[in-house]
Amino acid sequence: MSDRIELPLAGTPFGASPSFLELVRREHPEAVQASGADIPFPIPHGTTVLGLKFDGGIVMAGDRRATAGNLIADAKMRKVFAADDYSVIAIAGAAGQAADLVKLFQLELEHYEKITGDRLSLEGKANRLAQMIRSNFPMALQGLVVVPLFGGFDERKDEGRIFYYDATGGRWEEDDYQTTGSGGQSAKNSLKKRWRPGLTADEGLRVAMEALVDAAEDDAATGGLDAFRRIWPIAVRVTADGAADVPEEQVIAAVDAVVRERGAS
Amino acid sequence: MPYVAPEQLMKDRSDYAHKGIARGRSVIGLEYSDGLLFLAENPSATLHKISEIYDQVAFAGVGKYSEFEELRIAGIRLADLRGYQYGREDVKARDLANAYSQALSTIFTQQMKPYEVEILVGEVDGEVDGAGIYHILFDGSVSDEQGFVAMGGHAEDLTDALRDRYQAGWDLATAVQTAVEVLGTTPETREIPAEQIEAAVVDRTRSQRRKFRRLKPAEVASALG
Repeated sequence: MSDRIELPLAGTPFGASPSFLELVRREHPEAVQASGADIPFPIPHGTTVLGLKFDGGIVMAGDRRATAGNLIADAKMRKVFAADDYSVIAIAGAAGQAADLVKLFQLELEHYEKITGDRLSLEGKANRLAQMIRSNFPMALQGLVVVPLFGGFDERKDEGRIFYYDATGGRWEEDDYQTTGSGGQSAKNSLKKRWRPGLTADEGLRVAMEALVDAAEDDAATGGLDAFRRIWPIAVRVTADGAADVPEEQVIAAVDAVVRERGAS
Repeated sequence: MPYVAPEQLMKDRSDYAHKGIARGRSVIGLEYSDGLLFLAENPSATLHKISEIYDQVAFAGVGKYSEFEELRIAGIRLADLRGYQYGREDVKARDLANAYSQALSTIFTQQMKPYEVEILVGEVDGEVDGAGIYHILFDGSVSDEQGFVAMGGHAEDLTDALRDRYQAGWDLATAVQTAVEVLGTTPETREIPAEQIEAAVVDRTRSQRRKFRRLKPAEVASALG
């Protein structure tokens, strides 16, 4: 780093913008702008993620596979992330684009919180994410589609909420459960049978794992159970206490229960 | 314009800034066993003097609110941009201190009026048991403080009092209690109620990436006993 730093001072026409995205676009456009050409080769895509409500919060989970054409590009990719202390984002679609969206979104929330001294409302976070996806729309037209699920614990309404998006930045709230990605339809069919209102946190995790198992059975791009290499789905839970990774042993226990019940393996 | 000798010009500006800062209340920064404590007398619970800049870096300002608030926001912007462009661990208090020093020095020499502020930039290192506090003045001069620092209205008296009492390795409660007692020695001896204390720590033992944490009024009250 050079010893002389240009300090971007706060002065704007009126009020300091709390948006990191706006700041980085202004100060370092090269860091966020992508080229406008079609991509002539396969790039990694993340596949199945889902989110569902349980009594007292929400859980989001995803398999670990990323595919580029017929290749498994990554067997251990993480697709579910805590966005901040009270929300979670799960992504499917072009993996590089998606990872950057998550990073920018996390920074956007943190930056807002530090500048203003307040956390954004869950509604505000969901809207901001919609705008960020919309600004990616030109890239989506070239095949770099990113479709996340977003959810969190709404401290003002005292309940968990889930939002889903389309590639144009359309934003809808979901009452029960939602899925996205190549295996999303199978996962959704599974949730349709298994999900019910008032699940406990453990039951919610179990239902989520079962849906991922179902998705992997029907969709080649979704990673199945890999006990040999010990690769398990990743799940993040959000309750009034905040967002946290579900510990791996709980994930394994939930997956085991599904396998046992089916008498498979 | 009449000729004014540069020495006189600088002295006038310096006096002006000093006066502005001396009107305000003080901030104390000190190292304790788990990191850094910044503590101030502040009747407002929402207009902060102390703030988070980045994972391991905190900020405190005294003097004119609008001016140190602008510097605070600029610091957050610089840190967040750096962390995005490079890596989170590449954001260092020293770089921020240098940036503030450059900006304040430019403002002091080139603008109509200097900023009436002093700021602290403090950092803990999660790897080693280190902490650092940089103290930056209105004219851009910067110093690297060891253990403790006071700035604001009665900084010299406060620094003397801290020098007499400070011991490395205090726990948080002792650090809070001592800092509040020291703040209450000047300008007149008084007892500062807990709800008028703004305090925050950068705690290297926190499991989260963001080590900054504001102390709740109840926490301050219980430390004061």
